[in-house]
Amino acid sequence: MKIVVLVKQVPDTTEVKIDPKTGTLIREGVKSIINPDDLHAIEAALTIKERIGGKITAISMGPPQAIDAISETLGMGVDEGILLTDRAFAGADTWATSFTLGKAIEKLEGYDLVICGRQAIDGDTAQIGPQVADHLGIPQVTYVFDIEEINKERIRVKRRLEDGYEVVEAQLPALITVIGELNVPRYPHMAFLLDACRERAPIKVWNAADLEVKIQQVGLEGSMTHVIKTFAPKTERQGEILQGDPKEVISSLLHRLRDKRLI
Amino acid sequence: MARVWVDTELCNGCKLCIKKCPYGAVELRDGKAFILDTCTACGSCIEVCKFKAILSDIEPRKIPDFSDRKGVWVFAEQREGIISRVSLELLSKARELAAELNEEVSAILLGYNVSDLIDILIEHGADNVFVAEHELLKDYSTIPYTNVIEGLINQYKPNIFLLGATHIGRDLAPRISRRIGAGLTADCTELSIDPEERLLLQTRPAFGGNVMATIVSRYSRPQMATVRPGVMELKKERSSKGEVIRYEVSLNKQDMGCKILERVKEEKKGVDLTDAKCIVAGGRGVGDKEGFKKIEELAQLLGAEVAGTRVAVEEGWIGTDRQVGQTGQSVRPELYIACGISGAIQHRAGIMNARYIVAINTDPRAPIFQVADWGIVGDLHEVIPEMIQQLKERKASGGELDA
Repeated sequence: MKIVVLVKQVPDTTEVKIDPKTGTLIREGVKSIINPDDLHAIEAALTIKERIGGKITAISMGPPQAIDAISETLGMGVDEGILLTDRAFAGADTWATSFTLGKAIEKLEGYDLVICGRQAIDGDTAQIGPQVADHLGIPQVTYVFDIEEINKERIRVKRRLEDGYEVVEAQLPALITVIGELNVPRYPHMAFLLDACRERAPIKVWNAADLEVKIQQVGLEGSMTHVIKTFAPKTERQGEILQGDPKEVISSLLHRLRDKRLI
Repeated sequence: MARVWVDTELCNGCKLCIKKCPYGAVELRDGKAFILDTCTACGSCIEVCKFKAILSDIEPRKIPDFSDRKGVWVFAEQREGIISRVSLELLSKARELAAELNEEVSAILLGYNVSDLIDILIEHGADNVFVAEHELLKDYSTIPYTNVIEGLINQYKPNIFLLGATHIGRDLAPRISRRIGAGLTADCTELSIDPEERLLLQTRPAFGGNVMATIVSRYSRPQMATVRPGVMELKKERSSKGEVIRYEVSLNKQDMGCKILERVKEEKKGVDLTDAKCIVAGGRGVGDKEGFKKIEELAQLLGAEVAGTRVAVEEGWIGTDRQVGQTGQSVRPELYIACGISGAIQHRAGIMNARYIVAINTDPRAPIFQVADWGIVGDLHEVIPEMIQQLKERKASGGELDA
């Protein structure tokens, strides 16, 4: 079984702080992590490999430092990693990103299953999985929370819906996107991590020329959507901070809520 | 590859470009702006520089002729013969956009024996309803739905296409976007028409940070966007036209790619938070599952629903079905009480439509205070029990406690 896992390195956005004076994001100390949903994708690949054997390739597109994310996947037990990095890839929307990732997958010596996390915490679009599947012309199953069976020909999974779930069988090759409910990702193995940092670690770095893509097809230039404006979310709130003795503060809050007939 | 550079003679180090750069790719070196490798040549800094000190060899990209693209389309999502509410919300929005553009609103209905749904769509503002009926379209399945809609788009050439950001919409929209070569913006919180270029302005939280971004699809049609349930207001406004266009499809079982073996309905554990009048929500600051019991107690006293942030859900303190935010549900209650929530933009995006927000947090710098009507800087583990106490006292003394 040849398994491809798509991985994104993202800023850890759970600890976002805003400078109260300037209203801008405090960037210092925000570390980069593997996107949480992608960890579940890696774990799913490792579990399948343990069950029926195979080889796992992790692919990530990002700046050169995204190699850390690749190393971490090797630390978890992934067999080889490919980093897609080129200044021409920068500023890509999901359309250009899925094109670039799709080209990289096509360059591999075949694949049976592509696994992605449902979405990345820095964009929350959940678009890359289905877009890559369509680029490759293969079936997709999104929101997978259970892999019931997999063999050379097909995979049977459970797909989460808002009001229940579906049991879906897909012909391989196929692409699935997974959610956190699926599994608990393992921690990287120290010995594997050390190996991943060696010079001869099985990590390839591909640029636009390696993928044989035109610069007009990737990055900002290959994108269909463009950001024309960014702004701080408008706040039309009163923004009253209640201060003083805790008992009084709470009593005055409850008073205000009653005034507005909210409680 | 286009490049951007700084004429250090002209640059006076005013930092305007640093503030403007959406990618954080400009910094100050020796008192002058310096463009980093992370630059994407988007051109924002060039526009903002008052001294014309930023130069580039960016070539303007050619915009194709889209004059034959007309109409605002909405995907009428149905499950078991029931139209999802978000599709009707989108029809309301589509009417607004179409009025501005002087174009028509069309609903796209796929299914099997779904003709009785047509009138609901017209009642909610669809001037045209495109109906594709086939046994294989009865329940949603990615590939047949994509193929049929691809055909419709190629034949009828819409200008805008909106879909609900449901599990179905988020499976289908990117697949269509890739197929037809159109840009797609996920989870928009605002949609409007740019008066000059007449483009669809798609606004959503971006960069995993504290900013909103307005996005356009200048180079492809239709301009595709998804919107989460509960974000747009539903206004029932009947179309005076209401034309039905039947679209013939031929589908093969072999083309499906996936086989749905079973569909299981699970009892909803909680209510739909989108309809809740009052919500008490907890985040990282709640600390553990035990802490959520206090939140629950307060919610019960107020007749409110309990909710949590992504962190609270990931920690297992509360179920996924009660997650509020960009990944969870968008809510519009009268009152939202945020306890121990720092207020990451993804969470704030989900509560923007709340009428009143109360924030309780130990960190005065937490962004949640910027969107709160009333804030208490303090430990929720002390504040909430005190609130519960005072509410109970009042109740005991015969005071009103109507929810």
